[in-house]
Amino acid sequence: MSDCVLALEGIDKRFADVQALRRASLNVRRGTLHAVLGENGAGKTTLMRIAFGMVPADAGAVLLEGVPVTLTSGADAIRRGLGMVHQHFTLVPAMTAAENIALGGHGRLDMRAVAARVQELGERTGLRVDPSARIATLGVGAQQRVEILKALYSDARILILDEPTAVLTPPETEELFAWLRRFVAAGGTAVLVTHKLHEALSIADDVTVLRRGQCVLTAAATQLDVPALVSAVTGDDAGGPQTAPDRRTPQRGARVARLDAVSAQDARGVVRVREASLECFAGEIVGLAGVEGSGVHELLRVLAGRLVPSRGVATLPPLIGFVPEDRLRDAVIEEFTLTENLALRGAGARRGRMPWSAMAVQTAGLMQRHDVRAPSPVSRAGTLSGGNQQKFVVGRELDEHPALVVAENPVRGLDIRATAHVLHELAGSAAAGSAVVFYSADIDELLPLADRMLVVFAGHVREVAVERAAVANALVGAA
Amino acid sequence: MAGRTDARWVITAATVVVIILAVLGILMAGGYDTPRALAALWNGAFGSSYALFSATLVRATPLLFVGLAVGIAFRAGVLNIGAEGQLLAGAAAAVAVGLAMGGFPRVIALPLALGAGAMAGGAWAGIAGWLNLRFGVLEVISTLMLNFVAAYLVSWLVRGPLQEPTRVYPQTVELAPSVHLPTLIDGHRMHLGLVLAVVLAVGAWWFLTHTAAGFRVRAVGAGRDAARSAGGINLGRTTALVFLASGALAGLGGASEAMGVTFALYEGISPGYGYSAIAVALLARLHPLVIVLSALLFGALEAGAAAMQREANVPSVLASVVEALIVLGVLSFDHARARRRHA
Repeated sequence: MSDCVLALEGIDKRFADVQALRRASLNVRRGTLHAVLGENGAGKTTLMRIAFGMVPADAGAVLLEGVPVTLTSGADAIRRGLGMVHQHFTLVPAMTAAENIALGGHGRLDMRAVAARVQELGERTGLRVDPSARIATLGVGAQQRVEILKALYSDARILILDEPTAVLTPPETEELFAWLRRFVAAGGTAVLVTHKLHEALSIADDVTVLRRGQCVLTAAATQLDVPALVSAVTGDDAGGPQTAPDRRTPQRGARVARLDAVSAQDARGVVRVREASLECFAGEIVGLAGVEGSGVHELLRVLAGRLVPSRGVATLPPLIGFVPEDRLRDAVIEEFTLTENLALRGAGARRGRMPWSAMAVQTAGLMQRHDVRAPSPVSRAGTLSGGNQQKFVVGRELDEHPALVVAENPVRGLDIRATAHVLHELAGSAAAGSAVVFYSADIDELLPLADRMLVVFAGHVREVAVERAAVANALVGAA
Repeated sequence: MAGRTDARWVITAATVVVIILAVLGILMAGGYDTPRALAALWNGAFGSSYALFSATLVRATPLLFVGLAVGIAFRAGVLNIGAEGQLLAGAAAAVAVGLAMGGFPRVIALPLALGAGAMAGGAWAGIAGWLNLRFGVLEVISTLMLNFVAAYLVSWLVRGPLQEPTRVYPQTVELAPSVHLPTLIDGHRMHLGLVLAVVLAVGAWWFLTHTAAGFRVRAVGAGRDAARSAGGINLGRTTALVFLASGALAGLGGASEAMGVTFALYEGISPGYGYSAIAVALLARLHPLVIVLSALLFGALEAGAAAMQREANVPSVLASVVEALIVLGVLSFDHARARRRHA
């Protein structure tokens, strides 16, 4: 393995009572793009944090260019030519791109020199960013370019990207992948952590699959196909569960919700939705797509009855199930028990005493029906895994058979099993007569499920064919 | 769940132990007669029926009112550190009404004077609440500033409209017996205010755990966005309610002190009960029933510290040092724990 530029060998890591990694290994060849796959909790991120010196391993070795090293911190890793782009960006919103890139430097700060170098780096690599733009004003894709430039600015030769496409639109993803191919072609090395199988197959040279802290597969991407990866990721020889439910025969019932020339503003008073009109009918799944900043999030909140339109008329049913994107912020309270989180629903209008014992029974039933794995109804929501939290939220919002269900990126960050579960629940809800509005940042999640597709662009809503090309074009405002 | 809850109380106990060791260190480093000082501390707090019923429990009463005021506010994420001002407003209003009601029978005069104190405290906190909800003024700043306003308002009252007729002393005349809170044991100073405070503590606990409105208060404190989005809870209305309730509790504390202990209004009527309240509430982890114990502990500490000053010459400000250490200890332990959990 003389061309092995980054190697992790026999890594063990234990957090309290969880064995996160068990003799995990990873060999990344120079000038290649190496995909690391696995379900949530498989240990992908932990392994990468060990490679980047952010957490120490309990046992095992990290080798750079074949030489064992002891990385003591991220700063140490950066000095040795590693760079990491985290899933959640580590940028200061109030500062400019150049200022963010200069963070972590030493000695005298010459902002003009930094800006000039960022400009030069951007032109050389094709990662175009205005060095003087404030981060808060940049889109998600541009913020990610700043993150990558930050790594390249400190001369990173090995780039680790943790779920980089989770927040990107399809065109942005394609742009990132094209750039990554150029980066490795020019002698760079990249490690791409992802849970999207087709992504790994289409772009990576090598693929490593982690399952429950162990490496279960390492092979060249050309020798693999989707079924092989599914069984490696889930440990299921039967080929794994289907991600998408079978397509239903759409049965359009009565109209349950209607927006008539509705405009809406975000929290800062900026108009995001402009005179949008749409209707939802019982029994159908309406796919909704839109890039960040298109107004799609505000439109979803208007539909969910969580945002009052500044203009126009929204006619909504009395009972609406809402699955928001940021579940730890908008859907559950971590330090509350599951029963208390169930009690949240309708808490604003409740009077008198809290019927706690009835609610505990109701919670236990919900956990059983929706496969929420937790010790008991008095377990705190924060102690559950993300997938179980989401199953709980979906169960809570769907259990009373609301006439309208609004789901915002409901499977983001979930593993294959939890994703399949949530998508089946949404399909089941439509089959039972609810109107379901389903938004996802990933077109490939929407297309198999949607009966109709609506695309939001610059605050306007447009209906398009349920086809990849049509949606992708409408997302960026192309005809 | 049990394990997590236990860990919190273990940390609280550890905080208390560390603070006791720190106090011993201070006493020894200061060259005081440590055994004698500790004996005085104990005797001053619990050593006799006088110490318990006329010192410790009398001190604990206002601390319990204001501790509950701070506790319920913090539970809702409202950082009311103005219990001192609200207590002064309550004391002033209770005395003003009490002076006017001197001729009325006790069954009318007592509730009216207490009610005036609660309303004045609520109104005083309501100013900060309105500023917060209408203009986004941070309540940490407004409630603190209103403490000074309230203190100077009391100064003006006892030198102006409410001053005793001879105009010699900056204080009011003494309240008529019909507006005195009755004592609970003959010959001791402990008064009805303590019973009222304990009843309110149980009521606050029941409100938070068993009523829909109390659940809304907890939900807003634990997760504003989820409370609004998943629960459809009106944040403004819940927050306003909390400001008023918190202020009313502190105002009642002021009324109880004026009607049960001082029987008059003067400038130094509160030795900073409203500030000690923060330590009382934090040490009890904002749990209303535990606040009863925590107020008792602080009442004992203040009574004991006074005795320690008399008998062993140890400055009684040591009690304030301990309070400050408790706030710092609880907050830093919690912070460390939160960081570990998110690492």
